[in-house]
Amino acid sequence: MEALASKAKELLTAGTVKVVIGYGKGTGENRRPIFVRAVERAGDLVVDTACTQNLATYLTKAEVRALGRMAIVAIPSTLRSILQLAAEKQLREENVLALAIVDGGVRELATFDAIEEAVATIPDAIGEADQKMIDKLTAMSVTERRAFWAAELGRCVKCYACRSSCPMCYCERCTMDCNRPQWIPVASHAIGNLEYHMVRAMHLAGRCVECGTCGAACPVGIPVHLLTFFAEQTVRRQFGQKGGASAKLDYAMSTFKPDDKETFIR
Amino acid sequence: MEANIYKPYLMRIATITDEAPGVRTFRLEFADAKEGEAFTFTTGQFGLYSAFGEGESTFCIASSPTRKGYIECTFRETGRVTSSLADKDVGDIIGFRGPYGNVFPLEKWKGKNLVFVAGGIALPPLRSVIWNCLDLRDWFKDITVVYGARGVNDLVYKHELEDWGKRSDMKLVVTVDPGGEKPGWTGKVGFVPHIVEQIAPPATNSVAIVCGPPIMIKLTLPVLAKLGFGKNEIYTTLENRMKCGLGKCGRCNTGNSYVCKDGPVYTLAELETLPAEY
Amino acid sequence: MSERYTITEASVGTLLQALTSSGQRVLGPKLVAGRIEIAEIRTLADVLQNGQSVVSAKGVVFPKVERLLKYRFDGKNIALEDVEPQAQPTILLGLRPCEARAFHALDVVFNWDSKDKFFNTRMANTTVVGLTCTQADESCFCTSLGSRPDDTQGSDILLSPLKAGGFVAEVLTDKGKALVALAKGILQPPPIRPDVIPPATVAPAFDAKNLQQKLAAKFDSPLWAEQSLRCLGCGACAFVCPTCVCFDIQDEADTKQGQRLRAWDSCGMRIFTLHASGHNPRDKQSQRWRQRVYHKFAYYPERLGTLGCVGCGKCSRACPVDMNLKQHLAQAASQG
Repeated sequence: MEALASKAKELLTAGTVKVVIGYGKGTGENRRPIFVRAVERAGDLVVDTACTQNLATYLTKAEVRALGRMAIVAIPSTLRSILQLAAEKQLREENVLALAIVDGGVRELATFDAIEEAVATIPDAIGEADQKMIDKLTAMSVTERRAFWAAELGRCVKCYACRSSCPMCYCERCTMDCNRPQWIPVASHAIGNLEYHMVRAMHLAGRCVECGTCGAACPVGIPVHLLTFFAEQTVRRQFGQKGGASAKLDYAMSTFKPDDKETFIR
Repeated sequence: MEANIYKPYLMRIATITDEAPGVRTFRLEFADAKEGEAFTFTTGQFGLYSAFGEGESTFCIASSPTRKGYIECTFRETGRVTSSLADKDVGDIIGFRGPYGNVFPLEKWKGKNLVFVAGGIALPPLRSVIWNCLDLRDWFKDITVVYGARGVNDLVYKHELEDWGKRSDMKLVVTVDPGGEKPGWTGKVGFVPHIVEQIAPPATNSVAIVCGPPIMIKLTLPVLAKLGFGKNEIYTTLENRMKCGLGKCGRCNTGNSYVCKDGPVYTLAELETLPAEY
Repeated sequence: MSERYTITEASVGTLLQALTSSGQRVLGPKLVAGRIEIAEIRTLADVLQNGQSVVSAKGVVFPKVERLLKYRFDGKNIALEDVEPQAQPTILLGLRPCEARAFHALDVVFNWDSKDKFFNTRMANTTVVGLTCTQADESCFCTSLGSRPDDTQGSDILLSPLKAGGFVAEVLTDKGKALVALAKGILQPPPIRPDVIPPATVAPAFDAKNLQQKLAAKFDSPLWAEQSLRCLGCGACAFVCPTCVCFDIQDEADTKQGQRLRAWDSCGMRIFTLHASGHNPRDKQSQRWRQRVYHKFAYYPERLGTLGCVGCGKCSRACPVDMNLKQHLAQAASQG
């Protein structure tokens, strides 16, 4: 896309940013994350319908942050991730510049407020096929649902592609890495797989921005994104809070206010 | 049934010695006496010790192969497995797989002076070879041991240090870091590399065996080089994260070397061919 | 001289029946819900002429979870129970030749000095029937490693598809002969001049020997940091790979009993080399990426006499961020 390439050139030449995180041509029809630092490589940046991966996961990767101030080609879910990361104090406004891909053009969003405004106008992300699957699963009995997930998770090899590709899984020491105690078995047997995915879904509840990158990353095609979508939708229903809506969120799952409707804590 | 290479010996804890804060020595006897009788090892080798239910951890065999009927290990309580081991009592059963790894080449050192330099919790790997050499005393010329720790309490094998200090067939120099001394301390005060420099053991016809925290090794090697010790005359023993100990799980692979098979004993010349990923 | 036979299309069903009725299970690359998996082969239609399974067949001889030991707590005592690997006789049918070659790389590790009975028992009970590739994709690079789409190495029997349908079967080992014995009367005499579909053309992207030489001088190159910028440090590449063998050992227990398990692990993960003290010799992703490349293309050939890679490309296809190994290696081999 011309506009994006020239915007990237401009930013890099002026030194406004040190790296533009975006999509480049990959193997065959794939797209891959690229990190443009040299002005003459700005033309490598690509924007099209094949660019679906949420690149926000790189905003918390040490090797990328070390390059300096970052610009990031932002599809809608990436914008939401930036806000959620900001709300969780993982990003400073001055360190990231969002290049939002909206209305066929590139819009520079330099502040979290600007991103919030933009996000408010973007419709919800969950695709038709995914919503259908969620509805189907919700309508199942517990036995049917358990059988469904046992079959799907039977393929899981605990590669953690889902965790690694998720922008919200930035913990330097994941629950899975703790061995005192070993909260969740490491091995990829039925319990080890089920517990990992359940815990991850719970840890994403209210934080997931519904990008679906985790499900797309899974090499064996398990729709793990449905688990985090479901957790996110539940929090939205019960607490009226949506992941990635604002940079100033009091996270519903860890905030208590005296006027909360739940009385068990009193 | 074919032999299961992952199956440990069952060992009974015969004695427990508290060496220093968080540091403990176990004397282990084979639960099956026949296995104990058949068991041999060579100094330098290590094993994987099991806290059943928690996992395995790698320690050198800290006793000498010249002492039969038991093996010893010394460990610091650091993580999941060592904490579980530290909780055990005399009479409890733990596991041991080994002996693994390569050995200190005592045959090569015949007729030479030996200079052992150790720091803190790194004396255990050298303790095995020191005792082995003392038990074969007439193989070697002068034996010098320089050992230091942060403070008096952190010295391990305190009783043995006393015994070694009294022996006339070796020279023991014990030191603590500046500030680590207590009233009545008669040993030296100073970092291990400085003490080695002071003592200036001659390099001719000598071999140096060094083990300690990375910073101690880093500062001691230049001192030895200045004294004239060549890279093939300086030995060390490495520690790497391990799981199988058999060269299969890949964890300890550093450069084209597997610390569990090609090590843990390396000469400085060999070590310098490896990337510093240990 | 190896024996040859013809397997007609019509006889495949009968052949499969003969094999399974002898107590063997027949697995191979098969289309399951839109993905290629190693699954039960029941009919000719199940056999895929081309296409790579997402996860390799190594799970047949090196499962993702394997019990090594069991034990019971009994007061101060421990009762140890050895484990005998349960290995159902298995035929891997229609395996890509690259995957067939990979078993050797597993074998050299599991039998390096000490012998791993779990792998050996399973391998002894596995017969590999390879199937030549007539198509390849952009991730394949077997020819860069001295192999080819119709390589016989590692197969007990190698099948080549005939233009008219059916296969020519080349019997290469005693295990292959034993399988032929089960199929008495079903296999036909070999064709005089077999008209096989030509194997795929895979242009070499680099030369493995040249790469190994170049790697010797490249350890401190900034190339590794550059190539691994997008790497997320997950285990997808290691786990789908037919030659990756790194594993973890984990104890799982309650107050009464426990077991010691082996599980797949990956050098790409941060905690792989993490010491309990907190020291991590490979703390940066670039170091871990470099380790992957060097282990497979430098240390394996040096120490074990074989490459740690067969060029199947599964890693590239599985990678969520398109780390294309063929491209990365070609780049490493071409630079200075």
